[in-house]
Amino acid sequence: MARMKFLADAERCIECNGCVTACKQEHEIPWGVNRRRVVTMNDGVPGEKSISVACMHCSDAPCMAVCPVDCFYKTSEGVVLHDKDLCIGCGYCFYACPFGAPQFPQDGAFGLRGKMDKCTFCAGGPETDFSDAEFRKYGRNRLAEGKLPACAEMCATKALLGGDGDVVADIYRHRVLTRGKGSEVWGWGTAYGAPQKPGAQPPGGKS
Amino acid sequence: MRLGVLLATVAGLIAVAGCGEKAQVTVYKQGQYQGKPDKQPWDNAQFKNDKQGWEKAIKARAEGQNEYARVAAK
Repeated sequence: MARMKFLADAERCIECNGCVTACKQEHEIPWGVNRRRVVTMNDGVPGEKSISVACMHCSDAPCMAVCPVDCFYKTSEGVVLHDKDLCIGCGYCFYACPFGAPQFPQDGAFGLRGKMDKCTFCAGGPETDFSDAEFRKYGRNRLAEGKLPACAEMCATKALLGGDGDVVADIYRHRVLTRGKGSEVWGWGTAYGAPQKPGAQPPGGKS
Repeated sequence: MRLGVLLATVAGLIAVAGCGEKAQVTVYKQGQYQGKPDKQPWDNAQFKNDKQGWEKAIKARAEGQNEYARVAAK
């Protein structure tokens, strides 16, 4: 069974924001919500490094652990998803996430927080596949179409890799051996260092 | 007599009217997903529950990200 992971290669990222644009366009994400963003360290200084950041779909996801209404579940492919009908927009997941992935659209007056929105690994959510409700709440379900996340597939330099952890790690290993440097993968240990935990799962559903 | 039976029946029905009502508040159980169930990604009209077919499609896409292999294949 595939175990979906993201891999951000800081040696290759050119900060083009193609991944951010691809995500925004694919899921028609509203203003103020960024499921993916590019972070640059030492910006403007020679040797600056950029990385593409979004939900990494952690092995032992802290957001799942802190959610007071248990609206998170993990699919059999290791993708961390949530049910927006249950989310109360409390923001606990935002504080728990080491990647700052959960986003909260402004909903109503006085900056009222809406329901949490985050990267779905382009796997939709707990609605009928390819339905309007799924697209409106979670975005397009590319995984069910046999495709990988739009951000990774759109990346021009292939700095952002997405897909089965074994395949992605193989690609990266080959890359590092060929170029002879840059073996450090940002966020990999934080996201996937802990042993895989099954997490809360829907009864009779995805795994 | 009839009126009495009728009134007793109606009163009985009123008394149990609330019993069939479903709870409208979610009961949260710690560590257990409470939302709607989701389907597997291959369980749709496109893949027709063909798990191997879906895995093959995903693997081909994932391996397509390796430009070293793509260049060597040409």
